[in-house]
Amino acid sequence: MIATIIQRAVMQGTPLLFGSTGEILTEKSGHLNLGIPGIMYVGAISGVAGAFLYEHGVAEINPFLAVLIPLICSLIGSILMGLIYCFLTVTLRANQNVTGLALTTFGIGIGNFFGGSLIKLVNSDVPSIALSKTSTAFKTQLPFADNLGWFGDIFLSYGFLVYVAIIVALVSSFILNKTRVGLHLRAVGENPGTADAAGINVTKYKYLATCIGSAIAGLGGLYYVMDYANGVWSNNGFGDRGWLSIALVIFSVWRPSISIIGSILFGFLYVIPTYIPGISVSSKKLFEMLPYVVTIIVLIITSMRNKKENQPPAALGLPYFREER
Amino acid sequence: MKKKCDNLFWSALGHIVKRDDIVWWKAWIIRVLAVLLALVVCGVVTIFLTDLNPIEVYVTMIKGAVGSKRLTWNLLQNTAILLCVSLAVTPAFKMKFWNIGAEGQVLVGGLATAACMIYLGEKLPPALLIPVMLIVSIISGAIWAFVPAYFKTRYNSNETLFTLMMNYVAIQIVAFFTLEWSMPKGSGTPRPLEFGQLPTIFGQKYLINILIVALITVIVYIYLKYSKQGYEISVVGESENTARYIGINVKKVVLRTMLISGAICGITGFLLVAGTDHSLKSDTAGGRGFTAIMVSWLAKFNPVFMVLTSLLIVFLQKGASKISEVYRLNSSFSDIITGIIIFFIIGSEFFINYKIKFNKKGENV
Repeated sequence: MIATIIQRAVMQGTPLLFGSTGEILTEKSGHLNLGIPGIMYVGAISGVAGAFLYEHGVAEINPFLAVLIPLICSLIGSILMGLIYCFLTVTLRANQNVTGLALTTFGIGIGNFFGGSLIKLVNSDVPSIALSKTSTAFKTQLPFADNLGWFGDIFLSYGFLVYVAIIVALVSSFILNKTRVGLHLRAVGENPGTADAAGINVTKYKYLATCIGSAIAGLGGLYYVMDYANGVWSNNGFGDRGWLSIALVIFSVWRPSISIIGSILFGFLYVIPTYIPGISVSSKKLFEMLPYVVTIIVLIITSMRNKKENQPPAALGLPYFREER
Repeated sequence: MKKKCDNLFWSALGHIVKRDDIVWWKAWIIRVLAVLLALVVCGVVTIFLTDLNPIEVYVTMIKGAVGSKRLTWNLLQNTAILLCVSLAVTPAFKMKFWNIGAEGQVLVGGLATAACMIYLGEKLPPALLIPVMLIVSIISGAIWAFVPAYFKTRYNSNETLFTLMMNYVAIQIVAFFTLEWSMPKGSGTPRPLEFGQLPTIFGQKYLINILIVALITVIVYIYLKYSKQGYEISVVGESENTARYIGINVKKVVLRTMLISGAICGITGFLLVAGTDHSLKSDTAGGRGFTAIMVSWLAKFNPVFMVLTSLLIVFLQKGASKISEVYRLNSSFSDIITGIIIFFIIGSEFFINYKIKFNKKGENV
């Protein structure tokens, strides 16, 4: 039973981990991208559209292509969203919060619109599309995972995207803290003026961080549809996981490595009400509040302790205009 | 799609110069052009997605928004509510305090109203009940806004993230009470609230909402433009250091302004529950807390322009939902259209604030 809880917590946490890793990279460049929820929807629906066309276009499904096509579609979709955000906030110097919120409206609209249209194309009776074959390909696990008992359940029973999420978080953590590129990126987020003076190409870093961040976040959406939801797209099914990812960024004090543990904890808080006997439906809602309350407490504690290394990037949310220094 | 560009983007074209001031009509020409361009793009998107004639679609849209008396009242009512939230967030934005927690502040206001309607409804006469509801919802909204403001002034915690998180706490609390109060209990059907509904005046159900919001608009306009406190807000927004230097107590201004912001959000919650829906759900605020931020920003924090921008947004939403109804499209179509138009208006601000000087041939930069 404990193994099952952990397993479900990890599966709940993975979309959040993708989202928060992407958002951390973006925020490290000084951009608070509130478009992440929209980007995750677009990442999901692009993958669904790719898989849908592939599944309905060919008779025989090649498992390798069944993974590759949705993956590439999802990446393209979310990077395009990232580019819209960058073009508006970096090149056209628009307000980040307003642009981000508009992007979320737009992205969720795109997700639900195309989701709804695809549903209509297949003439199904239920308001959802099921891509079971693609999902099977995404959920392929190691063949010997079943024979290893609880160890296999906890560590080896997931589709490959879960491991991708953890690896991406670890690699991002490494790049941010141990490489020159990471140092430059953090410099841009802390003080773009100084970074610019030191010869760092601020615009390039902002574009790259936001677009790569969006691509990673979009994978969270893809994982949710293909693996967690068994390839079933239903409108608004993704829920408020995008905002939870942003909460997770604060919870993990802008560190992707802590985010891994944080995502499992958030996932745990999400699934735990199911395992409490006799809990009423309404109390479940209060449990769903917990991740946000925990995040607020972390936000308060970090600002009270005021330790330099636990703060948001100093220039987070502030625009940078070279000629207005 | 938008062209990918690096830092060389502008220097390849020319260079940009900040405009100090632009004649107001030029600024409006740019804005109107942006909206027109956005409508063209939306038209292209419509053809691409739906194979429909965009002109026909736009006509349907207008019919959907103002096609009948009922629809027009509905449009005005929705505009009033959105305007009210936008007015609420504006004082905070003017002092560069990013209160994106309006959604939550509206919801707790609505929750307080609903609680009064349920627990005091039979005990108090309407003449007493409605003022009590109003006061309680104002206090709850203000408290919800005060918490992040307190931690911002005391410990300098990030207000954008704090207010954002407070939204979801409020949404879950409201979801909890909706289920607790639903009849039969736990069914999820929100309980209809019979006592303490706002009165119908001149035979129009929504007129009182619209009048209250009109009054708030005037008050906020005067407060921001002509009062000493409004002036202090602008100074803090322009530069905190200047404010401190001339002896403004910045912390006090921040706390006071957020209390006002939250209080107006609370009133919106009151209007939504007592004057419009007569029930409470976790989506009572319906994302208006976020839309209001765009409305307020697009209007440059001016309450009079805000009437126009909120009307524009609501018009688009109502029109687009009519389109999806008539052509049997998914209702999310309106979100796409709204998104595109906002992108264009946001983008157009750049051309109002900056002038592009194009390179002449043979000139080296």
